[in-house]
Amino acid sequence: MRKVRWGWAVLALVAAALVVPAAGVGSRQGGTLKMIAWDGYLDAKWVKPFEKQSGCAVAAKIATTSDEMVALMRQGGGGQYDMVSASGDASLRLIYGGDLQPVDVSKVPQWKDFFAPFKSPPNNTVGGKHYGISLQFGPNTLVYRTDKVKPAPTSWSAIYGPKYKGRLTIPDNPIQIADAALYLMKTQPSLGIKDPYELNKAQFDATVNLLKKQRPLIKKYWVGSPDNAELISSGDAWLGPTWPITTGSLLAKKVPVKELIPKEGATSWLDTWMLSKKSKNVDCAYKWFRYISSPSVQALQGTTWGETPVNSKACPLMNKLSKGSCAIYHANEPLSYYRSLYFWKTPIADCGNGKKDCMDYSKWVDAWTKIKAS
Amino acid sequence: MAVDVGQAGPSLRGARLRISAFLWRRRWVKGAILLLPPLAWLVLIYLVALAALLVSAFWTSDSFTGRILHTWNLANFRDIFSFGDTTYLRIALTTIWIAAAVTAIDVVLAFPIAYFMARVARPRTRTLLFVLVLLPLWSSYIVRVYAWRVILKENGLLNWSLNLVGLPDADLAFTRTSMVLVFSYVWLPFMIIPVYTALERIPDSLLEASGDLGARGLRTLRSVMLPLALPGIVAGSIFTFSLTLGDYLTPVLIGGPDAQFIGNVVFANVGVANNVPFAAAYATIPVIVIAIYLAAAKRLGAFEAL
Repeated sequence: MRKVRWGWAVLALVAAALVVPAAGVGSRQGGTLKMIAWDGYLDAKWVKPFEKQSGCAVAAKIATTSDEMVALMRQGGGGQYDMVSASGDASLRLIYGGDLQPVDVSKVPQWKDFFAPFKSPPNNTVGGKHYGISLQFGPNTLVYRTDKVKPAPTSWSAIYGPKYKGRLTIPDNPIQIADAALYLMKTQPSLGIKDPYELNKAQFDATVNLLKKQRPLIKKYWVGSPDNAELISSGDAWLGPTWPITTGSLLAKKVPVKELIPKEGATSWLDTWMLSKKSKNVDCAYKWFRYISSPSVQALQGTTWGETPVNSKACPLMNKLSKGSCAIYHANEPLSYYRSLYFWKTPIADCGNGKKDCMDYSKWVDAWTKIKAS
Repeated sequence: MAVDVGQAGPSLRGARLRISAFLWRRRWVKGAILLLPPLAWLVLIYLVALAALLVSAFWTSDSFTGRILHTWNLANFRDIFSFGDTTYLRIALTTIWIAAAVTAIDVVLAFPIAYFMARVARPRTRTLLFVLVLLPLWSSYIVRVYAWRVILKENGLLNWSLNLVGLPDADLAFTRTSMVLVFSYVWLPFMIIPVYTALERIPDSLLEASGDLGARGLRTLRSVMLPLALPGIVAGSIFTFSLTLGDYLTPVLIGGPDAQFIGNVVFANVGVANNVPFAAAYATIPVIVIAIYLAAAKRLGAFEAL
């Protein structure tokens, strides 16, 4: 009896080993797009139909950090991969590194339906040239326990004051410095901060000081959405910056929470599909641009991963896929909402004043270590 | 079959004999062939990686493009050992201090258990205790750390039990104490086993002799048992100390807002900032600390007890 079962197990393994690669590398007449993506961005749910209708095969390479994406795009002199789903903290490095080719948006008609801020955002459009097509975004909202935090907060000052000492949870990410810079930009105009990602020494020091004062108020820095959700549902933490997907999962578990974009606005991440300079599959790449920007695919990806589509026509389709999801992920907001968001971009030394006196990303990482150790 | 042997046999057998004679005459060749694969593995994978680590510590990285600049300098070490801003020194010292505290706690916890297993328990109980000590190692370390999170959190098992008997919340979750607690738990088996081995080796005759000379229990423990068990304790402490020193997940999962270990700084510089040279420079600190620790352990005879 046991022998027979083992036989079946081996047979199943062999069959699986044969089927898995075969599914990935089916030969198509249109060529194979080699794509670097965040985990889940090349879900079979929308990649399979694309392969069928376009005749282009997709070979996925999953990357786990922005740095890995940059490294992979440059591997072997570039051109080993055709496309990358770069986040705002990687895209500028690729553009200035000369790793990309410009994209002709007139060949992507869906682009016209994008919300205005995503047509030419500064993290993928430089000097009027588009180096990619915006994909999805997610704001870093403020979430709070409605049973513990009273009155309801309207400003980010709730996470910088002593009232909720020991009940705060903050994302463990150096780019979080931009959240504090945004708060100072709105509350201390004398510092002269114009852009939370472009900080000179004085502005940067003021921001870091604010975060060092915030440190003793924090219960724990959260790492990833499940960590954040657990801290808030257990009652260890009552409020802090979050992602809409976390709020969605908390509400699904009936935890009494609410989220908002405070009056100062919020930072937000934004991902972009970009095209390698040395890609030989440009036709397939444009087919992908058009496909992934279409309202139905935008809605599908948005509801699958808890992100907000950049295509304004995706909202009704989202609600069809998952009731109320358009409102949960803010895909139906007026223009003023999107204007209140400050999209992630890599902090660089050159911030446009010709002096190269801004603090670059390595300084941000160094400061973040020091804030946590203060 | 018989034909085969008749035709090919003599020459084949001759060759075999010649080879074995050669190997017998030059025994080092035999040893070399045996050792070559593991040695190649050790040198290529282990020593070369370590050398690459040390070399890249003296380079710097271009913060914008992420490319490594191959110019020799000490900038990374100046940042780490800076007296103006002691952040990186403090993180290293905190890590070492917690590793030492965890080791001390594990010695205190492990000794009575190991003593009971080695000298009191009957074979059957001993086997059962062995299984119980080793059983947690069969589950993933992350699962065990997460289990502690479930116990310690605000509405977790600990606070629930305390409230049940009318006590207030312990408020242990996400503090340095909780980190020491969890580390002491996950590495405890690594202390119990070597201490057990050391205690089991002590001949009964020595203890009897101690008693015959008039020593009471405590005196025997202090003057006979402990010195003989010391190599085992030191051997166990190598595990608990180095495992704690190199950890970076427990601080992330269970530590408070100030929980940064050497490993976390290395991770942030490799994974987030792409500053591999600085990470390499910082990673030399645990290498040096462990080297000193091992040298001291060797003098205490820990390697005979492993």
